[in-house]
Amino acid sequence: MIKIKNISKSFNDKSVLRNISGEFDKGKTNLIIGSSGTGKSVLLKCIVGLLHPDTGYAFYDLRNFTDADKDVKSEIRREIGMLFQGGALFDSKNVQENVMFPLDILTKMPYDEKLDRVNFCLKRVGLENVNKKMASEISGGMKKRVGIARAIVNNPNYLFCDEPNSGLDPQTSILIDELISEITHEFNITTIIVTHDMNSVLGIGEKIMFLHKGDKLWEGSNEDITHSGVKELDDFVFINKVMKSLKGTKLV
Amino acid sequence: MKEFGRYMIFLGSLVVRRETFITYYRLVVDECMQIGVKSISLFVLVSTFMGAVTTVQTAFNLVTPLVPRYVISQVVREMTVLELAPTIMAIIFAGKIGSSMAGGLGTMRITEQIDALEVMGINSSSYLVLPKIVASMLMYPLLVIVAGVCSIIGGYLVGTLTGILTPTEYIMGIRSIFNDYTITFALIKSVVFAFLIGSISCFKGYYTQGGALEVGIASTEAVTSSVIAVLLADYFLANLLL
Ligand SMILES: Nc1ncnc2c1ncn2[C@@H]1O[C@H](COP(=O)(O)OP(=O)(O)O)[C@@H](O)[C@H]1O
Ligand SMILES: [Mg+2]
Repeated sequence: MIKIKNISKSFNDKSVLRNISGEFDKGKTNLIIGSSGTGKSVLLKCIVGLLHPDTGYAFYDLRNFTDADKDVKSEIRREIGMLFQGGALFDSKNVQENVMFPLDILTKMPYDEKLDRVNFCLKRVGLENVNKKMASEISGGMKKRVGIARAIVNNPNYLFCDEPNSGLDPQTSILIDELISEITHEFNITTIIVTHDMNSVLGIGEKIMFLHKGDKLWEGSNEDITHSGVKELDDFVFINKVMKSLKGTKLV
Repeated sequence: MKEFGRYMIFLGSLVVRRETFITYYRLVVDECMQIGVKSISLFVLVSTFMGAVTTVQTAFNLVTPLVPRYVISQVVREMTVLELAPTIMAIIFAGKIGSSMAGGLGTMRITEQIDALEVMGINSSSYLVLPKIVASMLMYPLLVIVAGVCSIIGGYLVGTLTGILTPTEYIMGIRSIFNDYTITFALIKSVVFAFLIGSISCFKGYYTQGGALEVGIASTEAVTSSVIAVLLADYFLANLLL
């Protein structure tokens, strides 16, 4: 379980996040949603420590990560896996080396054991016989899969995904969403997904936090999202005529 | 000036060590290979021609028969050791290696590969940049030595094949009134230049923001800024050490 408390962040006097608090549950796919530029990525970066929030803290199972000393920080970092928007694979390495990299850095496992683990993870995301392909040679959807394999290779307790299906066709998007959701339940991971894709919201939104221009305006599940009574959220959800005609009904 | 301050902070962040020595050792060896393979052919080509051209032009300018012809190769040697090999090659090095360092790091930044390293708890600046700078400082002096030798051979080939001077005269010129401090000076210069090119290029690449266009800009700026730094350093070192 991850808990955030009063997180605020500004860049050069431009306030991007204001007092965001909330909880993300273990074994569930937790979503942070909102339109582009509302600060979703910034919030995620504050939670994983790529940015330091101006105020507020992130707690990983009651351990304060934001103000932790070096040892606690690196202990928590070992339990984190992250999937980046474009996959963020290292282009100087092949698929196998990419997935093995966290094990090289974070563990002292012998090579054979690492290789077994890498092959297990690649198989889990539906990739076989691509070990020796370079990161630049594979398609966008495959890059995401390799990214997921790399994120879960060290058995994380926490998984973070920034827009996991941006740049993918709708079918591949849904496959990736389902893969993340399955892995979350199978390994009982606390997963936080940043997205603005309504398909994902309705498909895997077990717990949803809605951000609008730096404020948290709503929190709930995909079952309640269509009758939240929050105007900004309605504007976000009912984007087209088909969706508008469903307003007030129960979608999931 | 603000940029200079950020550059200094950047240099500071490199030496906050996190990884084991063996990791850095592997990365440095890797970078050395890359630098060597990428630049050796260009260095040989350019320096051979530089030696050749210097020979022809010096011969052309020495019209009076009062000056013995072996002076030509003596001039070639002095020019090569003092300026052509360390400084001109530094400009080539910046164009070839500096731009590729900045481009590579810039791409890693905009595709979030650097963030991915940070999430795993790696000090990305020291992990990515330090090996590049160290490898430059190791490899560039070696490349300068190769370039110097090639330049003198180039001069020899052109000088003797076109009949400007005889092989004996050329060798005699190369060996006459030789001050070996010039070699030391050239090597000191190479190490300093390599540090400047490596660190400035990495700095420009590491702090890229935006997209592919900005990576291109960072790459160009890396070359411009490091060439300017090299020329300034050349002037100061000449004042300081000669
Ligand atoms: N490093 C940064 N420096 C300055 N401004 C930033 C930085 N990162 C993000 N921002 C600004 O914060 C706002 C929110 O960005 P972001 O979190 O990326 O939005 P999104 O919700 O689309 O992920 C944007 O207006 C962006 O310009
Ligand atoms: Mg974003």
